[in-house]
Amino acid sequence: MVKYVIENLYLRYSDEIESLKGINLEISARAITVLFGPAGGGKSTLLRVLNRLKDLTDVAEIKGSVLMNDGHDHFIDILSPQLDVVKLRRKVGMVFARPIVLPLSIRGNLTYGLEMAGERDPGILEAAVERSLKQAALWDEVKDRLDDPAVRLSGGQQQRLCLARSLAQEPEVILLDEPTSGLDPISTNKVEASLFDLKENYTIILVPHSVQQAARVADYAAFFLQGELIETGRGGDLFVNPQNQRTEDYITGRFG
Amino acid sequence: MNKPSLNRYLVQRFGYGLLVAVSILTVIPILWIVGYILVQGAPAISWEFLTGYPSNGMREGGILPAIVGTLYLAIGTAIFSVPLGIAASIYLAEYATENQLTRLIRIAIINLAGIPSVVYGLFGLGLFVLFLQFGTSILAGSLTLSIMTLPVIISTAEEALRAVPQSFRVVSISLGATKWQTIRKIVLREAQPGILTGVILGLERAVGETAPILFTVAAFFLPRLPTSPMDETMALPYHLYVISTQVPGMPIEIQYGTALVLLTFVLSMHALATVIRSRARARRQW
Repeated sequence: MVKYVIENLYLRYSDEIESLKGINLEISARAITVLFGPAGGGKSTLLRVLNRLKDLTDVAEIKGSVLMNDGHDHFIDILSPQLDVVKLRRKVGMVFARPIVLPLSIRGNLTYGLEMAGERDPGILEAAVERSLKQAALWDEVKDRLDDPAVRLSGGQQQRLCLARSLAQEPEVILLDEPTSGLDPISTNKVEASLFDLKENYTIILVPHSVQQAARVADYAAFFLQGELIETGRGGDLFVNPQNQRTEDYITGRFG
Repeated sequence: MNKPSLNRYLVQRFGYGLLVAVSILTVIPILWIVGYILVQGAPAISWEFLTGYPSNGMREGGILPAIVGTLYLAIGTAIFSVPLGIAASIYLAEYATENQLTRLIRIAIINLAGIPSVVYGLFGLGLFVLFLQFGTSILAGSLTLSIMTLPVIISTAEEALRAVPQSFRVVSISLGATKWQTIRKIVLREAQPGILTGVILGLERAVGETAPILFTVAAFFLPRLPTSPMDETMALPYHLYVISTQVPGMPIEIQYGTALVLLTFVLSMHALATVIRSRARARRQW
């Protein structure tokens, strides 16, 4: 099933930087799609279009179409000004490069989104806390101190808490923007292992922090260079046998 | 490169010593004033002085009406200036985009803070006492003091709001919170100690001022407590002015006793603000 259909997406920031120059891309549901390439390629910008977080930044112009499958092959126009962005963001979770925990308890971080959506039933909130922590492989480490401030956790734990937090609302899509860039290899492994489990049920779109990570986790991969989409393919093919010279140069480390 | 090193060392020592000396110099007058008022005023402080009414042309008795009046004015000022000030700071920090209008608002706020307090007094007399016909009353005085206090509250509260990391807002929005939920649940919660500090500092200034209440609320002599917001009232700063300059044969310890009470008011508010700030800093999670 296709989750997102992106056609001719063009985006320019108000400082005249063209971040996306005519992107055409289909993103599969229940798989890990990796958007990779050198910095400034437009990967993060694309993520922020998919949950409309780009609304917070200074976007001067945006053209093209981004459609999201609601799960029943009915497509929602993500760029529509009439779109209920709050509802969209509840369906599209996001994890950032730095682990940003809210200044609340561990539990408070996890229930924040649900509470803002009006959920008050303690049973439902409690169930969401346990489920999401287990999905992010953090439950055993924190189950006895859910009311501690979240900042007391280590960096790796904080980032898994952020992943759990994005899962607490049972989204359809999870966007991850270099989620392991600040983590040690062990924490990175834990996050990647969680992603492998999660792709059974969620659409995962990941901006990896290295080509190696991209190759490890990608079901599908898309190579971005200076706002253009150079090449897409199945992870297994693209990293072994890239069709475009620039993709090959980047993968083999000739630039980047 | 070898020769000037001794020189440089001496210059450094001298500069350091100078800075220490200057710092100590600035503290001396403050300690002096507080100490002097404490020594001179303490003998006057008694239960009767704090809870009694002035008598014999204010040369005897207590200062209860002035204490109560100052309390009422502080409360009245808070009622008007705190909600307005916080609302304005939220607008400026969270909603307003940088444009001509917001620049103008900021310039106005900065300039409001620089207006001499007697001008506020005259403005209050013209607008609240005469034009709006509130008369000389606690209402008119509180409103006048509110206008004077607003710039302090707005600018400190705006600063406190801006100090909350932007990433919290982004995360909150990304989790599906609305902008207003983000402000209420995260930003205001984190900025609260800073805002409270600004509120106290603003009110502290209001409590200590004489000129703004001179024409708008203060009674020369009123040996009873005010009963409604439309009443005049005595107030500590104006009472101090009156007994220091307008009443011949005034016992000096009553003057200093009154000054001591006023100083205690203001300094304890300041201490409260300091405690709130340092406790919040210790508790802060970012």
